[in-house]
Amino acid sequence: MDIANLELDVSAMPAEFTLFRGEVSSDEWSTAAFAIAEDHGRLVSLWGNQRGDGTFVLSSVYDIGALIWLDLPLAKGSISYPDISGLFPSANRLQRAVGDLLGLEAAGAADSRPWLNHRMWPADYFPLRKANSGKEEFADDLADDYQFVQVLGDGVHEIAVGPVHAGIIEPGHFRFSVVGEKTLRLEERLGYTHKGVDKAFEQLFAVDGYRLAGRMSGDSTVAYAWSYCMSLENIWNWKLPERATWLRAIALERERIANHLGDLGALGNDAGFAFGLSQFMRLKEDVLRLNKKLFSHRFMMDYICPGGVERDVDADGLAVILAQCAVVEEEVRTLQKIYDDHSGLQDRFMTTGIVTFDVATKLGLTGMAGRASGIIHDVRIDASCAPYSKMDVHVSSRETGDVCARVDVRFDELFESLRLIRNLIGNLPMGAIRTEYVERGPEGSGAGWIEGWRGGIFTALYVDSKGQISRCHVHDPSWQNWPVIEYAVIGDIVPDFPLINKSFNLSYSGHDR
Amino acid sequence: MMWPLIRQIAKVGIVTEKRPVAQEMENPKEIHDEILKILGRALTIREVDAGSCNGCELELNALGNVYYNLEGLGIKFVASPRHADMLLVTGPVARSMSHALAVTNEAMPDPKIVVAVGDCAINGGIFGTSYASLGGVSKALKVDLAIPGCPPEPIVILEGILTAVRYRMRPRTGEK
Ligand code: SF4
Repeated sequence: MDIANLELDVSAMPAEFTLFRGEVSSDEWSTAAFAIAEDHGRLVSLWGNQRGDGTFVLSSVYDIGALIWLDLPLAKGSISYPDISGLFPSANRLQRAVGDLLGLEAAGAADSRPWLNHRMWPADYFPLRKANSGKEEFADDLADDYQFVQVLGDGVHEIAVGPVHAGIIEPGHFRFSVVGEKTLRLEERLGYTHKGVDKAFEQLFAVDGYRLAGRMSGDSTVAYAWSYCMSLENIWNWKLPERATWLRAIALERERIANHLGDLGALGNDAGFAFGLSQFMRLKEDVLRLNKKLFSHRFMMDYICPGGVERDVDADGLAVILAQCAVVEEEVRTLQKIYDDHSGLQDRFMTTGIVTFDVATKLGLTGMAGRASGIIHDVRIDASCAPYSKMDVHVSSRETGDVCARVDVRFDELFESLRLIRNLIGNLPMGAIRTEYVERGPEGSGAGWIEGWRGGIFTALYVDSKGQISRCHVHDPSWQNWPVIEYAVIGDIVPDFPLINKSFNLSYSGHDR
Repeated sequence: MMWPLIRQIAKVGIVTEKRPVAQEMENPKEIHDEILKILGRALTIREVDAGSCNGCELELNALGNVYYNLEGLGIKFVASPRHADMLLVTGPVARSMSHALAVTNEAMPDPKIVVAVGDCAINGGIFGTSYASLGGVSKALKVDLAIPGCPPEPIVILEGILTAVRYRMRPRTGEK
């Protein structure tokens, strides 16, 4: 889609990828959403902010080939903006979250139930309003009367699961309406791990925020830290030494490998194949241990920092990484063959949890899961920053959209990450690993976008003249993908839910924040 | 089908490490024996993520891998709190999780051991205390032992679990 066709007053922002930004009126907010939806553009994120003068601004970011960031300033005293959830279903929960955190209303939205506020704080307390410190505490005696959608009919009953689940996983609530063992409907309720991160950012200096960003979702700490740092580096116009971005990419691909290894094992296990779990978890542990040795932390938390990375990897270290790539490659090829030939396993994987291309497109499925339904997008290619802009990333995709497709895409991406790492190491530039450190730059706002192992992680950062964060919105692709699971399970049996859920393995914490 | 599996299993061999626990614990057999001596059976754990970033969960899951071989030591994560001796809690306690955490704790039979895993579970960590976060687990429950780290590494968690068992369970068995 051409920006010019939108007839909006937007201008290019300094960013490592193509990013346009502009202010729109309420009408333009709606017409732009309509035009973008018509043209198969995708909603990346949506959030709100309160300005110093007390007025509110709604912001949305779309991917239309380039990123386009729209700001809708509301008139003084106004808290209402046009709903776009009819056009972009993923906007539903994002708008409800804006309602909970900032007290703004999407006019005309069909669903205006609270989302993040489980009535642990009053309905008229909005933590992101500037008058509130975020430290307010409330007695938890408020009634939580969340209304689930009920399915009525002969023989229909409900199964309520969570927030505490069996096993070592994050909390969330799932309400199944079933007949026999067939799922008619699933409704998710999330937000249990909401810990007030957006407000916590506002107490930090911008140069320190990367540590908090790296703890949005522990399994994606590298991607989050990079996305955050990129937004800050864009605002302050820092140019990174090449070696720093190359090392960041090695870390990011290792994070992808570690997660795919763990999930491939867990998926085998959820289908009753414990052998897979023990084999893949062993390989994952090897990767984590080498991370600890070379990047100082098993998950590489705090490795990426503003201006570069914390630590260089010497020639010996690089050789060890290459050697590990070879071992992982060989073993995973063996394991893939075993998975492929195991009819019991394939029987569980195939045709389970199908998300068709049409449903995926309509709901905005993104990232790895999107590619398994034929939606061929990857931030490493669509909006590539260094070093990806100098590389040739091969995208893997499938058409079937079932658990099997998500397993296959993970295998492909794992091998591709190994190839990229070899490439990165082969061409690793010499030089510094961090820019000259300056405490702060000018005030401003900017964006970062990085392809984590789940999908694109987007950051919108606002920094004031003192170098303090005045607003930070970090977006996890799980926002787009959680609602899709509600569709993926329809018609499958309830015992398939853990398998389907695992094939996406979405983040609760990254979503709840 | 069986042959490639067996070949892979044989090729990998047994990688479980000889000394998974530092200092005083010499080998897995001893840990196993000690748990048996104190509890007379396996140790069962119910884990609750009260609001973590999921980093701590990654390490708790890693404990099950073949290097640490947790189940081989006689330590097992269970689904029902009613079957659990120990409650492992991660994360700052998100206020929205405080109810579920309390209910889980109540469902456990006495004597129960409560262990807070990770910096967040100790005092809220990087998330601190806010309108949405209660802070550390001790704000919600009586905590027997806290394991620091962000996240604590599997070996540190394992040491912590054993320390908690010794500290809480031994007096009840009448031994020193
Ligand atoms: S201690 Fe660290 S890893 Fe654990 S929940 Fe807190 S931030 Fe995440």
